Amino acid sequence: MSTIDTIKLSNARIAWRAAQDIEDGAYVNLGIGFPEMVAQYTVEGRTPVFHTENGVLGFGPAPAKGDEDWDLINAGKKAITLKPGAAFFHHADSFAMVRGGHLDVAILGAFQIAENGDLANWSIGKGAIPAVGGAMDLVQSAKRVAVVTDHVTKKGQPKLVQRCSMPLTGVACVTRIYTSLAVVDVEGGRFLLREKLPEISFDDLQALTGAELITQGDVADLVVPDLD
Amino acid sequence: MDKTVSTLADAVADIHDGATVMIGGFGGSGAPIELIHALIDNKPMGLTVINNNAGNGHVGIAAMIENGLVAKMICSFPRSSNPVAFTEAYNAGKVALEVVPQGTLVERIRAAGAGIPAFYTATSYGTELAEGKPVEEFDGKCYVRERWLKADFALIKAQQGDTFGNLTYRMAGRNFNPIMAMAATRTIAQVSAFVEPGTIDPEHVITPGIFVDTMVEVPNPAQEETLIRDGVVYP
Repeated sequence: MSTIDTIKLSNARIAWRAAQDIEDGAYVNLGIGFPEMVAQYTVEGRTPVFHTENGVLGFGPAPAKGDEDWDLINAGKKAITLKPGAAFFHHADSFAMVRGGHLDVAILGAFQIAENGDLANWSIGKGAIPAVGGAMDLVQSAKRVAVVTDHVTKKGQPKLVQRCSMPLTGVACVTRIYTSLAVVDVEGGRFLLREKLPEISFDDLQALTGAELITQGDVADLVVPDLD
Repeated sequence: MDKTVSTLADAVADIHDGATVMIGGFGGSGAPIELIHALIDNKPMGLTVINNNAGNGHVGIAAMIENGLVAKMICSFPRSSNPVAFTEAYNAGKVALEVVPQGTLVERIRAAGAGIPAFYTATSYGTELAEGKPVEEFDGKCYVRERWLKADFALIKAQQGDTFGNLTYRMAGRNFNPIMAMAATRTIAQVSAFVEPGTIDPEHVITPGIFVDTMVEVPNPAQEETLIRDGVVYP
């Protein structure tokens, strides 16, 4: 196990960090899988409203096993519950919320993010059956488009790159990246390093990043409580 | 006026070989399983099917594919917890696939229902799904032109329906159903409960009856998710 594996944040801790930036009253869409974890770490005292593409605003966690109602699911086809103030709507309204720029934040996973904000997260390319869902709609139109991801691939290759080599989901769309090592903003076509784990040096982080990391003033320590 | 028919077989009897059929639902939620299975009993062939997904397990749209009814799927996400029916048919070259981003898919359907032949969206700009489509800049941002998407038939699922065709839906089962109801030459609804006109408060009507042609009552409809978990294979 490399040093990186011993210090890097778990998915839960990445999700916790992403949740700190979700403001009270924000309308939020979380991608299927890992991004859904962000909801578990909603900051005490804030009430974000979660949107799911299939026509619900204001849903809560999964019901107890046996209490599922299969007409009440999220975009990942998982059973959900409703919070007070929830609303149902049809798919055209749901994507009017998306396309019309009414969502404050969309949080997605990624295969690659380029320094100009291009995102690749829907297709590994040749040979796979293409399946896009709502990702291309979300990334072009939410006010903030954030990514939660490991800093590198399972093989240790950078996921933050100069140009995506995989099929794009959207161009110049990502605004912030929460990785297992750092928090990086996309600004002016560059990766701007905002926070990094104190256990990793800037040079080591740069070596794991496929494009130049820019800094403006001090880089804050990325500090996340031990959730595991 | 009475748009009701008494049997599922009557409801789908006119769906012919080569027809384009919209099917409501998102995964199993709001999926008109009983209408789909009645269609499989009739076995029209060479259908183009429009749905968000491409079937799951061995019921519903997956069973349509396994029984050879489907020539082409137009959908956003042909994956599911058990996508074997579509995956095998696609890899064998038996079913064609057009993948459409989910918001573009529903807006193409809405546009057809509203008589709008094309519209522009930022969605898919700069990606391979925009290849070959006209792009235009509006107020400094680039948008892709998308065409309307029509169908010969729509199969939808509603909760309450009166004999005029006014419909309500249940929870997230609404999804594509009211939009598809607008976009097909003939819309066929399975309704969990028939009621007399006036029973549904006009303030609560989601689909006005003008968009609905044929209705059949299916009390206590099956849930696709439950059928899949029970390992059901149709027929």
